[in-house]
Amino acid sequence: MLKIDGITRRFGQVTALDGVSLEIGQGEFFALLGPSGCGKTTLLRIIAGFETPDSGTVTLDGDDLLALPPNRRPISLMFQSYALFPHMTVAKNVAYGLEREKLPREEIRRRVGEVLETVGLSAHGDRRPAQLSGGQRQRVALARSIVKRPRLLLLDEPLSALDKKVRADMQLELKRLQNEVGITFVVVTHDQEEAMSLADRIAVFDSGSVRQVDEPVALYERPRSPFVAGFVGANNTFEGKARAAGLDAGELGELAGTPLDGLEEGAGALLCVRPEKITLREIPEEAAAPAAEPVEPVEPATEPEEKATEPEEPAEDPREAAEESTEDAQDAQDAQDAQEAREAREAAQESAEEPEERAEDAGEGADGPAEGLEGAVLDVSFYGGVSHLSVDVPGHAKPVLVAVQGASAVRPGAKVRLTWDARDAVVIPVP
Amino acid sequence: MSPARTRPATALRVRRRLGAFVFLTPGLAYLVVLLLVPLALVLSYVFFQRGRFGGVVYEYTTENFSRLMDPLYLRVLGESLQIAALTTVIALALGYPTAYLIARLPRKWKTVALVAIVLPFWTNFIIRMYAWIILLNGPGLINSALKSLGLGPFDLLYNQGAIVTGLVYSYLPLMVLPLYAAIEKLDPQLREASANLGASGFTTFRKVTLPLTVPGVLTGCLFVFVPSFGNFVIPEMLGGGKSVMVGNLIRTEFLKARDWPFGSALALALVAVLVVLLLAQAWAARRA
Repeated sequence: MLKIDGITRRFGQVTALDGVSLEIGQGEFFALLGPSGCGKTTLLRIIAGFETPDSGTVTLDGDDLLALPPNRRPISLMFQSYALFPHMTVAKNVAYGLEREKLPREEIRRRVGEVLETVGLSAHGDRRPAQLSGGQRQRVALARSIVKRPRLLLLDEPLSALDKKVRADMQLELKRLQNEVGITFVVVTHDQEEAMSLADRIAVFDSGSVRQVDEPVALYERPRSPFVAGFVGANNTFEGKARAAGLDAGELGELAGTPLDGLEEGAGALLCVRPEKITLREIPEEAAAPAAEPVEPVEPATEPEEKATEPEEPAEDPREAAEESTEDAQDAQDAQDAQEAREAREAAQESAEEPEERAEDAGEGADGPAEGLEGAVLDVSFYGGVSHLSVDVPGHAKPVLVAVQGASAVRPGAKVRLTWDARDAVVIPVP
Repeated sequence: MSPARTRPATALRVRRRLGAFVFLTPGLAYLVVLLLVPLALVLSYVFFQRGRFGGVVYEYTTENFSRLMDPLYLRVLGESLQIAALTTVIALALGYPTAYLIARLPRKWKTVALVAIVLPFWTNFIIRMYAWIILLNGPGLINSALKSLGLGPFDLLYNQGAIVTGLVYSYLPLMVLPLYAAIEKLDPQLREASANLGASGFTTFRKVTLPLTVPGVLTGCLFVFVPSFGNFVIPEMLGGGKSVMVGNLIRTEFLKARDWPFGSALALALVAVLVVLLLAQAWAARRA
């Protein structure tokens, strides 16, 4: 439907857009995602007609858009600031575009009423924009944009001016509305969560170029470049050389991962693994010294700490306390069991998949990919549903981020081992 | 609630008022001494008779008011209004496009343009008026230029046209600056939104830009109208004393005719007209 071909735009020495090509389908919810200054807003303004590209073409269903002045393009733009006319009522704002089409007054009134109903502002038609809340203003802007039934609706950072709670509501509402009216939406955002939750497809921009166009899940799980890996969601990255079963990360040893198609072995590469894909397991103090020791199911890791803290508070019911600690111990035991099982499965899988590789590795001892990394917990932050732990891994400059469900029993300073499934880590080429 | 809770709040309020008092006093004192006192004097003179060599004789009379109704003086008042109104309209017509353009210049050029607008103020006003005389008079620059084209000579000086020219020239910056401030403040995205919704450039101006800059327009008009209305230097110099404006009349009454009470009556009439205008402007600005 919308076809952008080789758009380049320079401002003096700065290249805002460098040969950008995109194709957006009818009825699609498409997101242009990138950090500020990456050129995404310039592209939006080119589509709307407020900027002219130095070269390239933009066509809408085959019609050359660049030949039309902004007021003749069948495109609506919802501005980041909403740009509502402050001297007009809500109804007048919404009617503005229809009045320009010289439609009969009766039809204008009807359509304004309908669209205000759709966005849930029927009761506010007589108010001025200044009398509305941020969320309501946003809905007026949206109503004003869709009332003309444009073929394409552009949204510039539609949710950035709203606070967190209203944002979540509006996000749902935008999706519902897009379903309802069936207009093609193109949203510009620097917020990857916004893009992921809203869009059918996302184009990631960086310094004037499109780095990757993909569906949200694919973008998240299979980033194709270091920029996308770093920009979309939190990620842990390790540098090294590509191997068939992962990455040779130098002194960190070999890390499990899945190389991108066409990545040559030995090439400079980056292994990326999401915090929530990493399994964290505490190493008991006494076992920490001999590093290559196999898993020790003897003592639950939480036990010593529990003991250390308990005397501070008077135990009201010794029996209960005892029970608790055994329960904890049981939990930890379970977790470890599960972990072991998982590791065993992984190992089995890997050896089944790459028997030769495995054989080679055997010479290096137990330090194979399945063993993961060892480190010390630096910090634990609890976010309600999840906790984030940052783990200092000797030999790796940046702390490794691990996300676990709920609250974590692990305390800062604890020695831990980090492992992950080879399928959950992606190895991408470094340009 | 309890007095213990309200008392500190009261103390705070008193202190805040005291602070306001300290900050406002110098400015207010200045205004009281230099505005209200003379105004009170003028107001009191109106009701007395003229002294023989100026000043007032303290004998009550309302004669000064009835003289105001004399068609001769009413005509001067009417003519002054007319000249001031014409000046304002021309200044607005010239000033709006100028201000609009300056507001859309790149930042660096904005400053240059604004400095250029206020640059004439750096030269003495009287000198600039003499320059206009040299430009406009019989064998002046404009007439000699026209003569070389085979036109003229025209009577450019010592008429109403010369007065309006001089007034527009003098007060145009006072029109441009508030207009510039109003247009500059306008979110450029409002114009883009208007275009995006299908409005042409002219419709956008009529429906969005102009309505939103009405307060600036009103301020500019007031800034030009008020000094034009009471002006006496420009009518004196460029009008050649032929057409008399209220300002000239007041000056003549005070300094030449030495009729202070009637001069005061004229001055009050001028103030009354301006107060009415100010109120109208305030009302219109609030509605905008």
